[in-house]
Amino acid sequence: MPDKIKFTIDGKDCYAEPGQTIYEAAKANGVFIPVLCHYEGLKPVGSCRICSVRANGRWMTSCTQPVTNGMVIENATPEVEAYRKAIIEMLFVEGNHFCPTCEKSGNCELQALAYRYQIMVPQFPYLFPKREIEAFPGFLLEHNRCIQCQRCVRAIQTEDGQKIFALKNRSKDLRINVDLKLAARMTEKEVQKAMDICPVGAILKKEVGFRIPIGKRKYDQKPIGSEVEENK
Amino acid sequence: MVRKITIEPVTRVEGHGKVTIHLDENGKVAQARFHVVEFRGFERFVQGRPYWEIPVLVQRLCGICPVSHHLAGAKAMDVIVGVGPGKLTPTAEKIRRLMHYGQILQSHSLHFFHLASPDLLFGFDADPAIRNIIGLAKSNKELAVHGVILRKFGQEIIKATAGKKIHGTGAIPGGVNKSLTSEERDYFLKSPAPFNVDTMIEWAQQAIELFKKIHRENRQVIDNFAHFPSNHLSLVRKDGALDFYHGVLRAVDADGRKILNDVDYQDYLEYIAEEVRPWSYMKFPYLKKLGKEKGWYRVGPLARLNTCDYIPSPRAQKEFEEYKAYTDGKPNNRTLHSHWARLIEILHAAEVIKELLLDPDITGGKLVKKGRKKHEGVGLLEAPRGTLFHHYRINDDDQVIMANLIVSTTNNNEAYNQAVKYVAEEFISGKPEITEGMLNRVEVAIRAYDPCLSCATHAVGQMPLEVDLYDSKGQLIDRKRK
Repeated sequence: MPDKIKFTIDGKDCYAEPGQTIYEAAKANGVFIPVLCHYEGLKPVGSCRICSVRANGRWMTSCTQPVTNGMVIENATPEVEAYRKAIIEMLFVEGNHFCPTCEKSGNCELQALAYRYQIMVPQFPYLFPKREIEAFPGFLLEHNRCIQCQRCVRAIQTEDGQKIFALKNRSKDLRINVDLKLAARMTEKEVQKAMDICPVGAILKKEVGFRIPIGKRKYDQKPIGSEVEENK
Repeated sequence: MVRKITIEPVTRVEGHGKVTIHLDENGKVAQARFHVVEFRGFERFVQGRPYWEIPVLVQRLCGICPVSHHLAGAKAMDVIVGVGPGKLTPTAEKIRRLMHYGQILQSHSLHFFHLASPDLLFGFDADPAIRNIIGLAKSNKELAVHGVILRKFGQEIIKATAGKKIHGTGAIPGGVNKSLTSEERDYFLKSPAPFNVDTMIEWAQQAIELFKKIHRENRQVIDNFAHFPSNHLSLVRKDGALDFYHGVLRAVDADGRKILNDVDYQDYLEYIAEEVRPWSYMKFPYLKKLGKEKGWYRVGPLARLNTCDYIPSPRAQKEFEEYKAYTDGKPNNRTLHSHWARLIEILHAAEVIKELLLDPDITGGKLVKKGRKKHEGVGLLEAPRGTLFHHYRINDDDQVIMANLIVSTTNNNEAYNQAVKYVAEEFISGKPEITEGMLNRVEVAIRAYDPCLSCATHAVGQMPLEVDLYDSKGQLIDRKRK
């Protein structure tokens, strides 16, 4: 395979196409690396840091870093896994995530990762921030659950490329902001797309919650990542 | 010496409550009260939530009969999405009924076999060490197994219809999110004995026979224990039949006269109000027409069999006729006959479950309907413990702005107090020594109504019994624990 890039993940020989990111190459080799801000087809931003790996000894976000020949990647090591677990826990304590009554439960990527990483009680204190639910004609924006991954910001645009979702404020006050006029013109299909692309239950299409019965939801039968690992 | 007896917590009931009995200088009962000492406040924190979240959110009130809250919430939301009573698809209506009757079966079985039967089988004065479900399993293994499997059968019905045995998601505004597959249906109909619906019907029948035998042997106690007149309220089907899922509101007085004549429950506020008393977190509902003093009523199995005209399933109807004949067709005001009524309801639930399982609609594919949206909806049903009211208002953004819940246990609040007062006066007043058996009688009276205190104000906890004796200055002079 002369055109292939050869590298290792946790000692396993892997091969990649030139230009592939570590995340893409790992996936192609049946190795699961968790992502939250990244989404297939969107330009990666590396903001959530959950896909971080050690590449040749340095911390890098695998969704943004192209793989190179001979690269040595540490992915499922105790150190990397502990780092990821801490990020998941921070995301939980920093918002108000009440899975038992959330309609995204069973389809939520954050919840699925918490199960995969066997998080019982976070090591950090809950912050219980006071946040609002904003209502728009076709959907609700539940700020209590938003993890500011920016998937909606990047994915949901009008036909002429105007963004409907954007970021406002900075640091701990960072919030998703919605263009009222553009949001009012969103079709049901676009709202559904926004809800589906959201990794948590922050964007809620009106009137359709809990339509998928328990047992048929995305992560009811198999843990997140198993679809990648089955391709080993 | 004036004394105050506190029973806290009351045991073998769901949730956390206490009883206080004040004795005067002659040892006579001066005052007896049942307090609910918990508070959770669901009515407040559902405000702001999207309305379609309500059926899943409010069921978290409790883990004993969450299906009741799930379905009452869903029924209110049906009204809000314009698919109010009677407008669901046949599959959705029947799946919900199946879920609810499974719930009645499991909750009633839990109560009779696990919580109440030790009192009836071993006696009120038996050693507390054997007067429990473990004691029952040791002395009557077959009966204990019946209790466990009857409950399990109901739980499995709930799982098949709601997705989980506890806190499922099956009912959604305007319908359900799943029906049964033919495999799921056949599991309940055709599994080898004992785990099939025919065996459940037989066992329910046997439990009634057991109660009747205990009754024959202890007629005096069972008939007269906490026997007091009251009004009775429940839903009944429009034709007067017993119905746990839907109907009109009917109330009768102690002599059987209709005092609420089959009214639409959407207008419940015209007929029912709630009183707050400073010594309990649980409110006291009453019929407005009769006022606070005379308007209180009982709900639950005893009340339901007093308000309904007949039971629409053959074996339960036969038992109902015998039950009614015992009081010459008049309302039954005997507290311990609640167990008899509850067992007849178990039989009825099992019969209805079979009828629903044999109905082809149960495997249908039309699950949800949508109509013209409203901003307000009321959902009522007969929970295992009695009539359950859910009332919500939403804003233009689909968020809940008001919730009012009157749960079954709250409806029975005055009845507990009456029962406690009766038993205290009968068994404790003027007695030189207070025994554990006397105090258990107080609990037996409360237990007969199967209160769910976690539901009424909402929490759970351990249930040791502690009795404190105070002198007239409020000094603790004795404490006993079991």
